[in-house]
Amino acid sequence: MRYLPLTPSDRAEMLDVIGVRSIDDLFRDVPEKARNKALFDLPPHAGELEVERELSGLAALNRPAGAGPFFCGAGAYRHHVPATVDHIIQRSEFLTSYTPYQPEIAQGTLQVLFEFQTQVAALTGLEVANASMYDGSTACAEAVMMAQRVTRREKAILSGGLHPHYAATTQTIAHAEGMQIVRLSAAIDAEAAVIQAIDAGTACVVVQTPNVFGVATDVTKIAEAAHAAGALLIVVATEAVSFGLLKSPGEMGADIAVAEGQSIGNALNYGGPYVGLFAAREKLVRQMPGRLCGETVDADGRRGYVLTLSTREQHIRREKATSNICTNSGLCALAFSIHLSLLGETGLRRLAAINHAKARELQAALTGVKGLEVLTPRFFNEIAVRVPGSAAGLVEACAAEGVIAGVPFSRLDPSAGLDDVLLLAVTETTTSDHIAALTAALSKVIR
Amino acid sequence: MAMSNVGRPTAPAANGRNVSGNSGGFASLTGGRGLLQDEPLIFEEGGWDKTGVDLPEASADAADLGDLVRTAPIGLPGLSEPEAVRHYVRLSQKNHAIDLALYPLGSCTMKHNPRLNEKMARLPGFADLHPLQPVSTTQGALALMDRLAHWLKVLTGMPAVALTPKAGAHGELCGLLTIKAAHEAKGQGHRRTVLVPTSAHGTNPATAAFVGYDVAEIAQTDDGRVDLADLEAKLSGDIAAIMVTNPNTCGLFERDILEISRLTHAAGAYFYCDGANFNAIVGRVKPGDLGVDAMHINLHKTFSTPHGGGGPGAGPVVLSEALAPFAPVPWIVSGPQGLRLIEEPAGEAAQAFGRMCAFQGQMGMFVRALAYMLSHGADGLRQVAEDAVLNANYIKARLSTAMTPAFPQGPCMHEALFDDAWLEGTGVTTLDLAKALIDEGFHPMTMYFPLVVHGAMLIEPTETEPKRELDRFCDAMLALAEAAKSRDAERFKGAPHLAPMRRLDETLAARKPKLTWRPGDTTVAPAPLAAE
Amino acid sequence: MRFTKDHEWVELSGDVATIGVTAYAAEQLGDVVFVETPEVGKTVKAGDNLAVVESVKAASDVYAPISGEVVEANAALSDAPETVNAAPEAAGWFAKLKVANPAEVDRLMDRAAYEAYLQTL
Repeated sequence: MRYLPLTPSDRAEMLDVIGVRSIDDLFRDVPEKARNKALFDLPPHAGELEVERELSGLAALNRPAGAGPFFCGAGAYRHHVPATVDHIIQRSEFLTSYTPYQPEIAQGTLQVLFEFQTQVAALTGLEVANASMYDGSTACAEAVMMAQRVTRREKAILSGGLHPHYAATTQTIAHAEGMQIVRLSAAIDAEAAVIQAIDAGTACVVVQTPNVFGVATDVTKIAEAAHAAGALLIVVATEAVSFGLLKSPGEMGADIAVAEGQSIGNALNYGGPYVGLFAAREKLVRQMPGRLCGETVDADGRRGYVLTLSTREQHIRREKATSNICTNSGLCALAFSIHLSLLGETGLRRLAAINHAKARELQAALTGVKGLEVLTPRFFNEIAVRVPGSAAGLVEACAAEGVIAGVPFSRLDPSAGLDDVLLLAVTETTTSDHIAALTAALSKVIR
Repeated sequence: MAMSNVGRPTAPAANGRNVSGNSGGFASLTGGRGLLQDEPLIFEEGGWDKTGVDLPEASADAADLGDLVRTAPIGLPGLSEPEAVRHYVRLSQKNHAIDLALYPLGSCTMKHNPRLNEKMARLPGFADLHPLQPVSTTQGALALMDRLAHWLKVLTGMPAVALTPKAGAHGELCGLLTIKAAHEAKGQGHRRTVLVPTSAHGTNPATAAFVGYDVAEIAQTDDGRVDLADLEAKLSGDIAAIMVTNPNTCGLFERDILEISRLTHAAGAYFYCDGANFNAIVGRVKPGDLGVDAMHINLHKTFSTPHGGGGPGAGPVVLSEALAPFAPVPWIVSGPQGLRLIEEPAGEAAQAFGRMCAFQGQMGMFVRALAYMLSHGADGLRQVAEDAVLNANYIKARLSTAMTPAFPQGPCMHEALFDDAWLEGTGVTTLDLAKALIDEGFHPMTMYFPLVVHGAMLIEPTETEPKRELDRFCDAMLALAEAAKSRDAERFKGAPHLAPMRRLDETLAARKPKLTWRPGDTTVAPAPLAAE
Repeated sequence: MRFTKDHEWVELSGDVATIGVTAYAAEQLGDVVFVETPEVGKTVKAGDNLAVVESVKAASDVYAPISGEVVEANAALSDAPETVNAAPEAAGWFAKLKVANPAEVDRLMDRAAYEAYLQTL
């Protein structure tokens, strides 16, 4: 077996040093009836070639996003990732290192995290950011629970424009932790209802922009209403590239911002691994979940970085920890940080502008398709349209034509009564030919 | 005041002397350190108007967005491609990695990460697949998840698995929420307490408290196992579950595991097993045979997905028949049109307790883990457990000549645990020893965990270490032991001397937290921020 | 000044008691990096959590030695937590309580009794 270095003679020699006769002697604490003498009912070991053949066979049954016209977004976006990113993250010292518990021999990871935190703070327009979370949806749930710690109130109001998976995740996790979650009905223009719902018991309101229907929103008024009631405003973004074009959450009064960072540096990966971004006002830092990296000096007075404020975390506070989280999404955060360093401010702004311009092109094209109604008034790179009949059926019909036409809203929330709503996203990878193929397919199947 | 819980496995404040101990007093003329490059922050490299990505002009403006457009500078520096490559390669060289040498972090399981796994995860059919594409276009991905689920179920002897949890602690949360839902469905929602052994990892009590349970501790016996009498005394109609790690954090198999599960079930509670150490028994022992009701599996430990400097992980949870109906969505089910996803807690999944995260979980990790499983097969996985246990016992045997094992009687499983009794009177602490190990070319072992052993040193070699690397490590440990006992305390107190950095001042970091770079922080001020 | 077995001290002046942790506790904690002081107006019973004191590797609850209402918290500790190490039984105080029942103070150890207690640890 190619991954196992011990030879039979090594094993014999080592058993001798240990002073036992056989490997079974080392498993003697296992109760007799749980000792399996026979091999389990699974195939035997296989060489690289066989494994590659088998897994490639499964991969070939899928239709990759890059294989043709493709318009899915709704929380995951297909962007072009520079080759440098994937090369760097596969370096042994990043790929195969552990959590930086020994800072003297983990400065590479730690400096990257410090840079990452600074980049995330800049993007979100807030003062502090953590070293990443599992993904955007779990970051959203953690933000809501943080608001409870800060305000000592129990109620969270989730906008009807919040991604339904984020809402469901928050409902599951924050409710389990004892919070009352008020989930407003899914609606394209969701923000007025949010202000209505705020009261003196509200810990936080959670608003997404661009929201799940693609609507870019100025949340300043919601921030004012929340703050007037002593509640926090949590702003969610599922498309991090939008930070390059739209006003930041911090500028609009957010106290906490969370985002899915996948679209910078990370592949679609069928849903994971992704990277959650989490930023907040500085005064809230001690209530933040997750790992934090901070600057310090070593014994020779040289600048270095360490994990810090770890008394918030489970390994010290145990049942009093701010969260049970034990890890972050280190390698995805590295990919995010490299891609963003390559882009820089100039590149990110241009990338965002391209995405928006593509969406305008899509909007114009969709307006010309009979039977479609564009619903999203102001958007970044994603648009909701009303279709005649079932959006899910339409997507299946388009798929048969070789076009992946987007995400039917019913896939995210079947009980919302929005079965005729289709979400379509574009990025810099979308070509005019793709858009033409889309409108052709739609025109063909709508009739 | 209650003094609580010193965690693992980092260092207290720097107390090394302020000397340049790295190179015997030799200093270069311009501050160089051989070929190990100092590297500034990206914010200090001056690239405020630079980019390493060539993009065309946008074909339209953003006039339609009005005042939603961000006009203030963001504050992001850019790097050209060669600068970016150099920046990150230089940083990488300051990291230790399993690809460089033994990484004996007990309970963290740093084993070799096969590169085939990386290659497979990057196949466009997996990596370039959107989570919300029509399922008719992702049948291969669903088949892969289904295949992985099959392997996990056979290996654990459990009938169901929830794949979505994104890490071990997320899996624990999933497991306890499943248990809570099951109790509520049986009218047992009044059960308030979860029992956790004193040796448990911090995530166990943190998770139980998070879900709203009270946490009570189970005592440990002198030989490092759950104290059955104490467990029996604490089990009652108020107990929702016990959370037991097996093999436990002392590296020992819970000999009375069948009695533990029998007593637990007799009290109407569920048995949650922390599967962090499943790598010690994979292919030989099925947790289902031990009476486990729920167990998370850290794919990055047992099944070799890379740790990546702290994630991403993956923590699928296997479930017993009684708990399976309460598993979170999404579920994969097969039907006449092939595999499909149930994404809402309705219909067949009506009892599902909810959703752990957006989408379908850590697909990239599923591919890697399955590649590892297929490579090993039933025979190879059994050998994995055997070699992991053999390696740990070999280290225990060799080091016991100079150090004091915490539990000398009987074999350990996949990790060897020592206490600091043998350091008494030397003036050297576990921490000092760990830092000195860095100078010898190894990553330190896990320190001060589990909390139940004084000055704990928890050493886990894994199965992917050749004998000569184990010997090299043991030789280094024994040489350090000799130095400690011969009062060569200087070697230890200032260590590490040869690492990229000396001991870091964690007190300073925590007292005046500086978590982001800000303009003005640097002596060489960056150019003014400029918007495009 | 009176003391508890949990290493808090109390000094009564009129009906206001100043509370902190003892020099022994400060020594055991190591370098204090953060103190979470109580909100003014909070009412506590003897034995309730009053504050949290953190060193790099430990977070410890500080219990109210007596019952009362918080009338002042030591704001200086947020900028200079090291004061707890430098002057634990003076400038490093945590909070002042308006005492509900002064008799509770009399039940605590005096310095001699506390010193004797430390000898037993």
